Amino acid sequence: MSSDVPEAGDVADAEDVADTVDATDATVDEPEANDSAVEEAAKHVPSGAPPLRVEGLVKRFGGVTAVDGASFEVESGSLTGLIGPNGAGKSTTFNCITGVHEPTAGRVYFEGEDVTGLRPHEIARKGLVRTFQIARELSEMTVLENLMLAPQGQLGESAIRAVTPGLRGAVVAEETELRERAWETLEFFEIDHLAHEPAGNLSGGQRKLLEMARALMTDPEMVLLDEPLAGVNPTLQEKLLDRIHDLRADGYTFLLVEHDMDVIMSNCERVIVMYQGSVLAEGTGDEIRNDERVIEAYLGEDL
Amino acid sequence: MSAADSPDGDASGGDAADAPGGPEGDADAPESATAAVVEAARESDLGLVIGTLLAIYAAATLLTFTNGLNSVVGLMETLTFLGIVYALTALALNLQWGYTGLFNIGVAGFMAVGVYTMGMVVRSPDPAFGPPGLGLPLPVGIVAGTGMAALLGAVAALPALRLKADYLAIVTLGLSEIVRLSLQSSAFDSFLRDTIGAGTGGGRGMGMPDNPVRDLFLVDGQAGDPTALGDLVFGVFGPDGLGISQPILIGWGYIAVLAVFLVGFYLVLERLGRSPFGRTMKAIREDELVADSLGKDVNLVKIKVFVIGCALMGLAGILWFGSQGNVSPTPQFRPLLTFYVFIAVIIGGSGSNTGSVLGGIVFAAVLFEGPRRVGGTVRGLIDAETPPSFADAVATLDPVTFLAYATENIAPLQFVFLGLVLVFIIHRRPEGILGDRIETAAAVDLSERPAGGETDE
Amino acid sequence: MGTTDSSIVDSARARPGLLFVALLGGLLLVDLAAKLAGVGLGPVGGSLSVDRLGSNLWSGIVIGLVIGLAGIGLSMTYSILSFANFSHGDLVSVGAFSGWGIAFLIAGFGEIPVRALLTVRDAGNASPGDIGAHVLTTPVAILVGLLAAFVVTALLAVALDRAFYKPMRDRDGISLLIASIGAALIVRYLLQFVYGSDRRGVTASVEASNLAFDPIGVSVDAHELTILVAAVGLMLAMHAMLQHTKLGTAMRAMADNKDLALITGIPAERVVTATWIIGGGLAGASGYLYVLLRGTIQFDFGWLLLLLIFAAVILGGIGSVYGAIAGGLVIGVVFTTSTIWIPSDFNQAAAFGVMILMLLLRPEGLFGGVTTT
Repeated sequence: MSSDVPEAGDVADAEDVADTVDATDATVDEPEANDSAVEEAAKHVPSGAPPLRVEGLVKRFGGVTAVDGASFEVESGSLTGLIGPNGAGKSTTFNCITGVHEPTAGRVYFEGEDVTGLRPHEIARKGLVRTFQIARELSEMTVLENLMLAPQGQLGESAIRAVTPGLRGAVVAEETELRERAWETLEFFEIDHLAHEPAGNLSGGQRKLLEMARALMTDPEMVLLDEPLAGVNPTLQEKLLDRIHDLRADGYTFLLVEHDMDVIMSNCERVIVMYQGSVLAEGTGDEIRNDERVIEAYLGEDL
Repeated sequence: MSAADSPDGDASGGDAADAPGGPEGDADAPESATAAVVEAARESDLGLVIGTLLAIYAAATLLTFTNGLNSVVGLMETLTFLGIVYALTALALNLQWGYTGLFNIGVAGFMAVGVYTMGMVVRSPDPAFGPPGLGLPLPVGIVAGTGMAALLGAVAALPALRLKADYLAIVTLGLSEIVRLSLQSSAFDSFLRDTIGAGTGGGRGMGMPDNPVRDLFLVDGQAGDPTALGDLVFGVFGPDGLGISQPILIGWGYIAVLAVFLVGFYLVLERLGRSPFGRTMKAIREDELVADSLGKDVNLVKIKVFVIGCALMGLAGILWFGSQGNVSPTPQFRPLLTFYVFIAVIIGGSGSNTGSVLGGIVFAAVLFEGPRRVGGTVRGLIDAETPPSFADAVATLDPVTFLAYATENIAPLQFVFLGLVLVFIIHRRPEGILGDRIETAAAVDLSERPAGGETDE
Repeated sequence: MGTTDSSIVDSARARPGLLFVALLGGLLLVDLAAKLAGVGLGPVGGSLSVDRLGSNLWSGIVIGLVIGLAGIGLSMTYSILSFANFSHGDLVSVGAFSGWGIAFLIAGFGEIPVRALLTVRDAGNASPGDIGAHVLTTPVAILVGLLAAFVVTALLAVALDRAFYKPMRDRDGISLLIASIGAALIVRYLLQFVYGSDRRGVTASVEASNLAFDPIGVSVDAHELTILVAAVGLMLAMHAMLQHTKLGTAMRAMADNKDLALITGIPAERVVTATWIIGGGLAGASGYLYVLLRGTIQFDFGWLLLLLIFAAVILGGIGSVYGAIAGGLVIGVVFTTSTIWIPSDFNQAAAFGVMILMLLLRPEGLFGGVTTT
């Protein structure tokens, strides 16, 4: 764990880079004005509202009700766990929060702002990003390219700026900074030796690390992790959890869906239990462990 | 064979891992815009293109040298022209399909819109033959044609936003057929004449405006009245010099113009690919939901890609068919044209700009023009009468007579060969003849960690 | 009742495009009524005889049946093998050439050289009248030809599958689609190589072949009636096979959920072979019937028909056999009745336009989301 200190510094560097990017942004008058809002958010200015609030969320597919009136809040800077037996509606809830599905009813608030029904990229731009249960690496792109894709509002995302002589200089300058930031993030997750590997060649666990690294490259306020430890070997699991704790210490907020109860109980300060589409219980690990309803819901499952 | 397929995919992935380190590693390119582009057009790629052209020229020489220099240079001119126009179109398609995964099989329609719009804008309002035009200058026509193709591209992008790849294929094919049938329609022709004063000529098509390159060599494009430049060129290479006919020499002049456009297309698309925009395109190809979840406006990028790609297709259509004297909707803009371009992209390996250029050149020479030339040569060597039909040829039970029939009717066999090549590539080499090339999607060199970043000890 | 109303309002709100199409359709119907009544109100109305509408509808239904028959195979291969088969149109052509070769052989055997008959008049110089193939004069030849069209095309479809598609079962739909474009080129141009490239007449004309139905002003050709009977018969046979045989059940299961079907032990390869036999056979039969309708043949007519067949399949919802039939009828009727409003050289474009609108507004098809196969 000797590497912890420089890594914390790296994240600070990353923000500096973001600031520089922001400054360049302003001078060239990029139309995407919400970039600066995202960069502001990345500075973790504490706001009154909880980062994430879900109210009476309902999602039906045809006749099947996957989520049935779920309501909960995630506190700023917390590592909150979301558990529940199979089919409790955890993944659907995730998909509704991140805009993959439009909720049938109910509202989702991020930093006090109603984000219900926004498209995934709009929600991501507000600083709420996710990882996927089954890692979705961009397999024909290298690990480094995967990471460099993520930062928001890049100058070179404008086709004109990418092509036009004179304007491309700024793009190249920004790319140089992004490349450095990507390398730092890769080092933080200790996958820098894989930088040039096409992401499709990575092992399952490495893909999970890549996903989390990529999500962080967007400079998020809050990260939703969908079973980040599933299919990951114990050594890598340890590493992943360490990283999550480091980042939380830096002010990031996490909502963690995990099937493994032990992981949730020993890592999350707050736990939300979903059962049959709604929230069954909320509390600390100990409270949940002793909750009669939770035990009943999990009867027959491996508690 | 199916067992061989999946490990094949893995193996190519393994090859690709080495690829970025290979050609790019030897030169530590400076990180300026121009240097990145120069780096992109690395010697090895340029060498590959020139080497391929030389090989094709050698084969062309072998095939025609008995007929004299004029035939050799003429065949080279044809092959180079076709190679470049296919390369131009393949590059445009590669942006949509190779980079972004948008399966657009309406290429012929976008090319038709480009060249027809150009013709209608530039043609004289009171022509001796064919439909009237607006009589505007040629550059206006070229811009208008490119713009109209871009506009249709924006319309075609709407289905691309919500449809799966195979549905999109059917929609774009339908769109290109609607374009062709509209241009074919005499009712549409008279409607346009009545409303905007310029017509399409319906099924008979229209003559194209004079090629300015021809005017460089001949005063007002009139044969037998050369300009100063024409005098010089014709004197050295023409009938009084090396004996090459004037149309072939003018053709080479036009090829020079096409080559400039080809370099332009290549540079624009390389820059687009090697940028954050290029990364987003690749990400959309690989997994739309990931791109979306990382804050990329997938729909906007798709529309942009459709508009840019279709504009380039329109421009390629103008450069190609605009120089052919006359355009007509059928058979020039049949879906077959689209499939030719697809085969060119597939040969080169989709996703690679250099591959598209090579694919265009190889397709034009080896698959498009080659078989009929070889067939013609072989037919000339056979001393037998050609039977009037396949059944008659079979009925003679004489292999020589049958060969005479086959070489005389080489055109359908050429398409059969094309189909076989397509199936073969998809089966055995889905990554194209160049192999799996992973083109870096960044504006800076990613192959090495720049110095000064080593903090992890 | 109240719930139904509100759901219509809801879907109109959610789908403004659909509402627009419904309004446009309504407008066209009003216009049609005005035209029939001979009332003209500005751009609306005009005049149209009931006879013309009737004959347009009838020929639309006949073309629609042929397209729908071809669509069944396309829809089946799409749902069971998960790719859009671009060589399907050329299977239609194969059926036409092989079937008519056999029909000619039976109808004209003895007086006319065999090579002229088998190549559907590519060799030799026999006229359609010399051969005299018509359902009223040589019914056996026409019937055996239909059978031959089915069998030869089914065999070719299976052969193409073994050679081209089987080695790539685990590949994505787009790779298969590209391979099918290759297969289409091979088949189409082998047809041209063997049968020649010119368009030529096939059926003989026979006196009194029209059966007039005076009350509705429609006159029905004997060949049209043959197509109606043959197409409906084949469709009913298809229905019986899907609903009442083990193979049919397996096919429906494969179409619904391939992975699940494989787990439950359905012999996938046998189902796939059966799919090609039936789908290819029906395509061949439809090509044969199309030539019976049009009276002419050309090596690439099936390819030119392919987009209309796709339109039918998409309209009915890809993967649905009954949808393909219904879609075929709609496309056929659009194809022939659109000439009431637009110039006749736009009718094909109109059919494609309907297809594109459908994909944009309701990609699951008219009957999609209800049942597959």
